[in-house]
Amino acid sequence: MTLPFAFTAADRRLLPEGRAAGPMPWVIAIMVFLTVLAAAAGLALASSARALGDQIAGRVTIQIVEADRVARDQQAEAAARTARALPDVRDVTRVSDAEIAQLLEPWLGPGGLELPAPALVDVDLAVPAALPRLKTAVARVAPSARVDAHAQALAPLRDLVGALRWLAGLLVLLMGVATAACVVLAARAALNTHRETIDVLHLLGATDIQIARLFQRRIALDALFGGGLGFAAGALVLILLAGRIGAVGSELVGSVRLEPAGWLALVAVPMAGALLATAAARLTVERALRRSL
Amino acid sequence: MKGVEARAVASIVKFENVGLRYGMGAETLSDISFSLAPGAFYFLTGASGAGKTSLLKLLYLAQRPSRGLIRLFDEDVVTMPRERLPALRRRIGVVFQDFRLVPHLSAFDNVALPLRVAGVDEGEIAERVGEMIAWVGLAGRASARPATLSGGEQQRVAIARAVIGQPEMLVADEPTGNVDPEMATRLLHLFDALNKFGTTVVVATHDMHLVSRVPNASIMRLERGRLDDPTGALRYPPRVPA
Repeated sequence: MTLPFAFTAADRRLLPEGRAAGPMPWVIAIMVFLTVLAAAAGLALASSARALGDQIAGRVTIQIVEADRVARDQQAEAAARTARALPDVRDVTRVSDAEIAQLLEPWLGPGGLELPAPALVDVDLAVPAALPRLKTAVARVAPSARVDAHAQALAPLRDLVGALRWLAGLLVLLMGVATAACVVLAARAALNTHRETIDVLHLLGATDIQIARLFQRRIALDALFGGGLGFAAGALVLILLAGRIGAVGSELVGSVRLEPAGWLALVAVPMAGALLATAAARLTVERALRRSL
Repeated sequence: MKGVEARAVASIVKFENVGLRYGMGAETLSDISFSLAPGAFYFLTGASGAGKTSLLKLLYLAQRPSRGLIRLFDEDVVTMPRERLPALRRRIGVVFQDFRLVPHLSAFDNVALPLRVAGVDEGEIAERVGEMIAWVGLAGRASARPATLSGGEQQRVAIARAVIGQPEMLVADEPTGNVDPEMATRLLHLFDALNKFGTTVVVATHDMHLVSRVPNASIMRLERGRLDDPTGALRYPPRVPA
């Protein structure tokens, strides 16, 4: 197949060239802009979901809810010791009273530890499957212990991120379909506009492929122009948004970020748009030409 | 001008009981049977509405017949797949009655169209088209667009486009209708010269004066969609001596 750009200057004149004059490049620019944003959202959410999964997969907190301070400390120490002795436990950290007081200070004020706050032990499991064994062992030495897996607590958030990721993927797909539909309409309109010229070219012996290539080239150039513009606008918005996200200072919100591979995938969006537009134009024109003699 | 290497076929065109009907209407052409000898010159005459343009459309493959058999360059074009038609069309030069010039192209580019479609080198195109444009008296108007040309000038561009590819068959629909008598004579000489190089020429015209200028031409007369051929000479033409 000949490349759509392998044309002489004379070939290019066969159809009038009004690039960027019609609505086609601007429609493609808007489509690519929205596609870049949707794809960026999907990619950033995927990265966030991965980070979230890595962070919480083996995290467990043991709470000792016991009013008696001495018994609480004894049970906390026993739970920490038991956890350390188990296989598949990577790390065990007893949260100090000072840290607990600091955590509670916004709600209880200074000196909040006068109240019986639970003792906390953070456990990092090598494999999430080790959780039942930990629960059983801790229950034996610390009757007031409650073992909470972070993955369980954050499951609704993880599900929400997953759903948003799928939604972003669906939007990208719909944008692709809408772009192809726009190109089909534009190609049909161009065929009608240039019907006389096409008839003459046919009668002079031009093949369907020769004629289709003229339209294909024109639409490919429009798509590249519109795609480049849409990508530039999308990238600018993403860079501005990244600055705002960084300013929030939240670890969770901060995990929503685009990695270098994500940026590469976004660069492919206008290229894919141009290829899609070119293929759609060619198929539309060839199908329409097959109806004539 | 280079000679045309016409293929050795007994008849370049053969129609057998051809009928043409547009939509559900009455037949525009009925029971048309004739053979065109390679290298011969034909005038197609008949009153307005007799079916001359329809017959020419069948000849230059703009239309398939409703019935009958058409062989062109020894190939059955009625059942031929449409993918193979462009190669045959490139062997035919056409002067359309309404010129059908491409409005956004210059006179030069319009004349160059058949060569570009055939993939001829741009250097050769510049040389051949330049010569042809000068020959039809439009050297100073090569870059003009059709809308700025007079009817006669447009017709000359259309003729130049039809003959630039040195076709094996030239089909012309009223080619001298808009030009002055002097230009008509020049164009007729061009057709005659092409014919001498082996091109089969078919010219549809009302102008009996024009017909009389080519004494060795055969005349095909259409009357109300039927070919007037009482002696059968059109159906079984004598061989043209090589």
